[in-house]
Amino acid sequence: MDLAQVEHLSRLARLGLSPEELQTLLGQLTAIVAAVDKLQEADVSSVDPTAQVGGLYDVMRADEVAPSLEAEQALANAPRKEAGLLRVPAIQ
Amino acid sequence: MAELEPVIGLEVHAQLLTKSKMFCGCRAEYLGLPPNSNTCPTCLGLPGALPVINRAAVEMTIRTALALACRIPEFSKFDRKNYFYPDLPKGYQISQFDLPLSLAGQLEFEVDGQRRACGITRVHLEEDAGTLHHAGEIHTSNFSLVDLNRAGVPLMEVVGEPDLRSPREAPQYLRALRQLLIYLGVNDGNMEQGSLRCDANVSLRPRGQREMGVKVEVKNMNSFRSLEAALTYEVGRQTDLIQRGMTIVQETRGWSELEQATVSQRGKEEAQDYRYFPEPDLPPLKVGRELVEQLKAGLPEPPMRLRDRLLDQYEISAEQVLVLTERPQDAAYFEAVVAAGAPPRAAANWQAGPLQALCKAARVEVERCSISAGELADLVRMVEAGEVSGSTARELLAEAFESGASPAALVTERGLAQVSDAAQMDAWVDDALRQLPKAAADFQAGAERALGPLVGAIRKASGNRANPDLAARLLRERLARPGE
Amino acid sequence: MTLLGLSISELGRRLRSREVSARELALEALDRIARLDPAVGAFLRTTEELAMAQAEAADRWLAADPQGAPPLCGIPVAHKDVLCTSGVETTAGSRILEGFVPPYDATVVARMAAAGAVVVGKLNCDEFAMGSSNENSAYQATVNPWDHTRVPGGSSGGSAAAVAARLACATLGSDTGGSIRLPASFCGVVGVKPSYGRVSRYGLIAFASSLDQVGPLTKTVEDSQLVLSAIAGADPHDSTATTEPVGDLAAALHQGVQGLRLGVPREYLAAGVGAGVREVLDQACQRLEREGAELVEVSLPSTEYALAAYYVIAPAEVSSNLARMDGVRFGRGEPAATSLVEAYESARHRGFGPEVRRRIALGTYVLSSGYYDAYYLRAQKVRTLVAQDFARVFQQVDALVSPTAPTAAFLLGERVADPLAMYATDALTLPANLAGLAGISVPAGFAEGLPVGVQVLGPYLGEAVCLRVAAAVEALSDLWHQAPPGTDG
Repeated sequence: MDLAQVEHLSRLARLGLSPEELQTLLGQLTAIVAAVDKLQEADVSSVDPTAQVGGLYDVMRADEVAPSLEAEQALANAPRKEAGLLRVPAIQ
Repeated sequence: MAELEPVIGLEVHAQLLTKSKMFCGCRAEYLGLPPNSNTCPTCLGLPGALPVINRAAVEMTIRTALALACRIPEFSKFDRKNYFYPDLPKGYQISQFDLPLSLAGQLEFEVDGQRRACGITRVHLEEDAGTLHHAGEIHTSNFSLVDLNRAGVPLMEVVGEPDLRSPREAPQYLRALRQLLIYLGVNDGNMEQGSLRCDANVSLRPRGQREMGVKVEVKNMNSFRSLEAALTYEVGRQTDLIQRGMTIVQETRGWSELEQATVSQRGKEEAQDYRYFPEPDLPPLKVGRELVEQLKAGLPEPPMRLRDRLLDQYEISAEQVLVLTERPQDAAYFEAVVAAGAPPRAAANWQAGPLQALCKAARVEVERCSISAGELADLVRMVEAGEVSGSTARELLAEAFESGASPAALVTERGLAQVSDAAQMDAWVDDALRQLPKAAADFQAGAERALGPLVGAIRKASGNRANPDLAARLLRERLARPGE
Repeated sequence: MTLLGLSISELGRRLRSREVSARELALEALDRIARLDPAVGAFLRTTEELAMAQAEAADRWLAADPQGAPPLCGIPVAHKDVLCTSGVETTAGSRILEGFVPPYDATVVARMAAAGAVVVGKLNCDEFAMGSSNENSAYQATVNPWDHTRVPGGSSGGSAAAVAARLACATLGSDTGGSIRLPASFCGVVGVKPSYGRVSRYGLIAFASSLDQVGPLTKTVEDSQLVLSAIAGADPHDSTATTEPVGDLAAALHQGVQGLRLGVPREYLAAGVGAGVREVLDQACQRLEREGAELVEVSLPSTEYALAAYYVIAPAEVSSNLARMDGVRFGRGEPAATSLVEAYESARHRGFGPEVRRRIALGTYVLSSGYYDAYYLRAQKVRTLVAQDFARVFQQVDALVSPTAPTAAFLLGERVADPLAMYATDALTLPANLAGLAGISVPAGFAEGLPVGVQVLGPYLGEAVCLRVAAAVEALSDLWHQAPPGTDG
C-alpha cells in the first residue's frame, strides 16, 4: 500500500483526510493489512463464501402502503433546507 | 478505410407499477405530492432503518423476464452499489450485481416492416433515487435541492445486448419493449415523466470486425425522437473522429436537447469504483420452479404474437391490427366485439374510428367506457344489415357514450331504423324527382354524378331513415325507363 | 443496599406487592445516576421526562393487573446509544450524529416499552460500536466501576458499567464482535449475544449488518433471560430476523448441567490468555463437572483465521453502512462548503473519529476493484470455515465454555495507540459473530481484584442451552450480588 492508494481511499469514502492524517493512516493500514493477510494462508479451495448466516431466503413483504412520515418530521434533522427540500451545494 | 458499423445497446430503466416502494411501505406513486412527504426512515436512509423486499416488484420483474424469454436462475440476491450523491440517501443503491433475477433473453421488434431480434443480457431489480432540483441553470447554480419522494421506488433495469446496428433501430427496439411492459401492466410507459428511461452504449467498428470499439455511454434521452437524434449525432461524432484519425474516449455523454448534441459529462464524475458487495440486510431469493410456472401461465399474449394472430384470424388490415394491439385491452375488446357477432373488418373500423375518438376525447380506456363490446357489436351488425345508416349510428354512438344507454336500443326507441318499405320509398323517390328535375335529366343524359343530389334529397326527406343503397337502386330503375 | 442491586424478579415481586413503586425505582435510578455517574461516565444523557411518564404508566398497569403485568413492568432500564429512540437524541457515540433525534423507535426499544420497562437514559459506547474499550466514544470515556483507572470494555461499555454500578437494572447493548460479552466480562455482569436474527436489528444503528445483534446486560442470568424473552422474535421490519419461535427460555434456567457435554476449545486457551483468567475458567469447569456435566476438549482449527476474516468483513460493511452519514438529511451542516464533495468531506472529517475513519478506509480498500477477491471474498470463505468448525463440534457437544476475553479489564489508554492490540481483545468473542451463534458472558470469578467472565457458546438459536450453562456457572460462583466498591450506597 502506498500514499496514493490511501489518498484514493480517502477520496472514495469522502473522508477528507489531511496529508498528515493520510500518512498516519498509511502506516496503520499497512500494519492491519499485513495482519489480515493471514487470510491468504487459509485453504478455502473447497468452500463457498458466507455472506449471511441463519439460512433465511425469500423474505418479502406484501405490496401494501404504510403511512409515511410527515414532511416536517422527515426534514426535522436536516441542517439546511429550503421550501420543503434539502439544500446541498451544487453538484459541480 | 473499411465502412464503419455502429454497435448500439440500450439499458432501459422502468419504474414498476407497484402500490408501495421497493423496500418500504411509502407510496410508489410520487408525482404531485408535496416535497419530502412520501418518505419513511427506510427510504430516507435514516440510521438504523432496514429494507424489506416488495414481493410484487420481484414478481413483476420475473414476469417481464419471462416475457423476454429470459432464464430465471434459482438463486438471486441483492447487492449494494456504493457511491455518494445527494439523491441517494443511503450512500448506496440496492441493486443486483452478479446474480440478477434473470439472464439471457431476447426481444423482437420491427424496423421498416422487417422483424429483428435483440438479445437481452438481463433483467434485474433495484431502487430509484430521489430527484434533484437546481436553482436556474445546473452549470451556474451554487446549490441544489433534494426531494426524496421518489427515492426507493422499484426500478427494473432491462439490459440489452449490443445487437442494434443503426440509430434507427433503437427507438423501434424501445417501442417494442415499452409496449411489452405496458402489456404486462408493470410500467406506464411514460418517458416524459421519467417512469421509463433509456441510456445507450454506442461504439463503432469496421464492418466485419468482431472486436468492439471504444464504448461511449449516452444519457438524458426522454423520447423516441431524442433517442434517435442522440444516437445519430453520436454515431456521426465518432465517425468523424475516427476518420480524422483521432481516438474515441470512453466516457459518459449527455444528450442536450438545446444544443442537439451529446455533451461530455467527464469531470462530473471521478473514476468510479462502486464496490459492489452482497446486501447484508436482505436474505437471498430462491425463485422456485413452481412460482416461475405460475407466473408464466399468467403472462398475456405478447404484442408481436397477438398481431400475427389477429392478422391471421380476422380479415383486417395490418394498420388496423397495429391500432387494435396498442394495448392488450384494445385487442381484447375487439375480439369481444367480434365474438358478439360483428363482422371483423367493420368492428375494427368502428372501434379504431368513432369509438376510439370518443374515448380519447373523454380520456377513458375503451374497456372502461360506457359502450360494452356487446353493444358495439349490436350497432355494427345493424349498420352492416342496412337497418340503420352509418351516420345515424355514429350520432347514436356518441350519445350513448355520454348517457350510458345502449345505442341499439336508441335506434328502436326513436324509430330511427332505416326504412326499406317499397311504398314509402317510392313516394320519397317521386318527391326527389319532382324537386330536382334537372338532376334527373342530367343523370339520364349520362352524368353519373347527378345521382348524388337525388339520394341526398331522399335522405333529407326521410329524416335520414331511408336506406341509401335502396334509394340509389330505385332511382336508377326509374331513370332508366324514360317516358313512363 | 440500593433497590437497584436486587434482581428483576425480586423487584417484580416488590412492585406487585406495592412495597415499592415504579416511580420510586425510577427516581432512585435517576438519583444514583446523578450522584455516581459523573465518576463512571456510563450515561450520555438521562431521560427523566420519559422515565417518569413510563413509570407512572407502569404503576397504573401494576395496580390494575399485578399478575398480568409483564416481568419488566416498572423496571429501570437504559439503552446503548446505537439504538434509535423516538424523540430522544441518539448519537451512536459519534459527533456526526450530534443532535440527531430519530423520528422512530428501534424495535427492541418499542418492545421494552411495551413490556413496561422504564427508560432512564442513553448509554455511552465506542463510536458506532467500534472499539473494545469505550475509549472511541466522541463524548466521554466510561471507566470500569471496579477500577476507575481501567476500561469497562467495549463497545457496550456504558451498558455494562451502568449495570455494574447499579444505575439501571438492565441495559441493552449490541454485539458485533464481542461488544456485549467483553464489557460484561470486564465489569462483572451478565451479557447475552443472541444468535444472529434472534433479535430485530431495526433501529439499531448499523455497524456490520451481517454480524450485529442486540442483547441484554444484567446482573443475573435470569434477568438477562427476562429481557431477552421480551425483545426476541420475528420483526416484519427486519428481513434477517428469524421467524423461528423463541420458546420458553425461562425453563432452561433451572435445569442444571447434569448430562450436558461441554466442549472447551483448545484454540481459545492458546497464548495470550492470562493466568488469572485461565484459573477462573478452570475453576468454573471443575464446578460444572462436579454438577454432572461432561467436559471435553474440542478443536476449532480455523480460529486462527477468524480475527483476520472479521477485520475484513466488518470494515467492509462499515464503509457502506456509514455512507449515509453525509450531512444532508441530518448532521450539523457545512455552510462554508462551496462544493458538494467539500461538504461531504467536511461533514465526515469533522464527524468521524480516528478509529471509524480507519475502518472505513480499510473497508473501502477490501471492497475496491482489484482487492475484492483477495480480501472480501476470501474472508467470506474463511467465514464458512469458521462456521463449519462450530457445526462440527456442536455435533459432539451441547455448548462450549471458554474465557470471554484473554485478560481482565486493561488500563485506560493502554491500547489506544495500537489498533492491532485492541483488535486482539475480541479474538475469543468474534468467531461466534462470524458463525451467528448464541453466546453469553457470565461472571465466574476475579483475577487480581478484577471481574472475569466465562463465555458460554451455543449453536445457532441455542439461547436456551447457553442460559442453562450460564445459570449453573452463576449459581456455583455466587457472586452476582457483589457490587463494585463505592456503588452499594
